[in-house]
Amino acid sequence: MPRPRPTADPAVITLEVNGERCAVAFAPHKTLLEVLREDLDLTGTKHGCELGECGTCTVLLDDAPVLSCLVLGLACDGRRVRTVEGMAEGARLHPLQETFADLGAAQCGYCTPGFLLTAQALLDANPRPTRDEIKAALAGNLCRCTGYLKIYEAVELAAARLRGEDAEPARETLYGRR
Amino acid sequence: MLPPFSYVRAQSLDEALAQLGASDTRISAGGSDLLGCLRDEVFTCSKVVSLSRLDALRGIRDDGRGGVRIGALTTIAAVASDPVINQRYPVLAQAARAVASPQLRHQGTLGGNLCQKPRCWYYRGEFHCSRKGGSTCYALAGENQFHCILGGQGCYIVHPSDTAPALVALDATVQIAGRGGTRRVPMARFHVSPRDDIRRETVLEAGEIVTAIDIPAAPRGLRSSYRKVRARGAWDFALAGVALALQFDGATVRAGRVVLSGAAPIPWRSEAVERVIIGQALTPEVAARAGDAAVEGAQPLKRNGYKVPLFRGVVREALLALAQ
Ligand SMILES: Cc1cc2nc3c(=O)[nH]c(=O)nc-3n(C[C@H](O)[C@H](O)[C@H](O)COP(=O)(O)OP(=O)(O)OC[C@H]3O[C@@H](n4cnc5c(N)ncnc54)[C@H](O)[C@@H]3O)c2cc1C
Ligand code: FES
Ligand code: FES
Repeated sequence: MPRPRPTADPAVITLEVNGERCAVAFAPHKTLLEVLREDLDLTGTKHGCELGECGTCTVLLDDAPVLSCLVLGLACDGRRVRTVEGMAEGARLHPLQETFADLGAAQCGYCTPGFLLTAQALLDANPRPTRDEIKAALAGNLCRCTGYLKIYEAVELAAARLRGEDAEPARETLYGRR
Repeated sequence: MLPPFSYVRAQSLDEALAQLGASDTRISAGGSDLLGCLRDEVFTCSKVVSLSRLDALRGIRDDGRGGVRIGALTTIAAVASDPVINQRYPVLAQAARAVASPQLRHQGTLGGNLCQKPRCWYYRGEFHCSRKGGSTCYALAGENQFHCILGGQGCYIVHPSDTAPALVALDATVQIAGRGGTRRVPMARFHVSPRDDIRRETVLEAGEIVTAIDIPAAPRGLRSSYRKVRARGAWDFALAGVALALQFDGATVRAGRVVLSGAAPIPWRSEAVERVIIGQALTPEVAARAGDAAVEGAQPLKRNGYKVPLFRGVVREALLALAQ
């Protein structure tokens, strides 16, 4: 028999999501992931394992990547959250979004929002990461499709563009080795 | 979906202590282990008391006597990147860097890492095992490839923390607050073996809060390291690991501690290894004997026999690396 799930009084918090302050009411046992998707209609953040293992639910909380499936919504009162919906500026994609699309770093795309935000936090802190630093920063994000190489290359290309370099993808990145 | 509970964010340690007490009131520090346990219904919870506002419990300070005090709410990422920890206690910095993934190191706290619940899949799954008050350890006849080879009795978990063995090796002390005052427990006695009590992982009583971890001044000639072997390159719990904190006099080991992770239900201090190496220079021959000593008395289960040669090798290699 399923356990009864009594409804608790909703809690109200204010937080800043993608630059906008908002108040939101929800049951106290909801995770940030659930609050974003169900109460704020921000479904870009994906719901994977809910156990901290896959990283697809990653968002930035006060600029640091966290797993929103393991954060209570209530713990975010007064804090700043950035989700994938906040990466583009109007119609202009973030350089990471552009390079992920151009280089095939997203296939099924389910892991992509989490990778984008983790990578954004890395590049904000370290504009010129080495391949090893990129691997270490992205180690908590799993991808079942790409084999990661395209993701590393997309982060490197976006990093170059964010530094103002006029970088283009290497030929073999686009067409493979011959 | 998590089962419903009420939530209190304590504004002071006293308020947090006053809010605790009932057995199904749970502390949340970073929440990264607690929420997983609640989702898996490992235990029940009617109220969560969050410590996240208790800034006094956060941060790493010199204790004025050459040691440091690490607040229980300090994140694992902060421990990993702290310059003093890296310089004086490499074993702890390396262990902190070996914990979980970047996101989890940022969310998780040092106190939470010491108090986390076991990762045995029967314990976390829908099995009413001995540790949950049942009468069977399902791992004993089941899938036990990640279980213990030392110190099991009635329950065969391995303790999942990487920082705990490092802190045992450094002879750290846990500072605990309760409604009746504070007490201090050496790290080596903080975790509870199933031989002593199968239902608990630590000596904490309901209503107690870990407030800080004190590490004594590094003795002269201290060298330390943490080596962890995982089943894959990215994050995972330890298959086998070893924390070393040894005092050298020239090439000779004068004193020190050797603590295994992934071996036993608690961080496993291996006095057998210490006996082999103390008074010796860490030659390949001594290191090999130490590796053998590490698995003396090991009782592998059906599927984890590989851990015996693995620990032999890990201990030998870690000792040789530290001797370099
Ligand atoms: C996918 C995954 C991989 C992981 N891999 C590793 C790994 O490789 N190595 C490793 O060491 N760990 C690993 N962990 C565990 C992780 O590091 C812990 O979840 C984390 O350290 C817990 O800290 P927290 O602050 O989030 O604790 P919480 O979840 O808040 O608390 C954990 C437990 O401790 C209690 N508690 C917390 N703080 C206190 C306190 N101050 N006083 C008394 N009780 C307290 C809580 O009530 C709860 O029962 C992993 C976790 C996940 C989800
Ligand atoms: S859904 Fe959060 S880590 Fe997988
Ligand atoms: S693109 Fe499918 S999981 Fe990464």
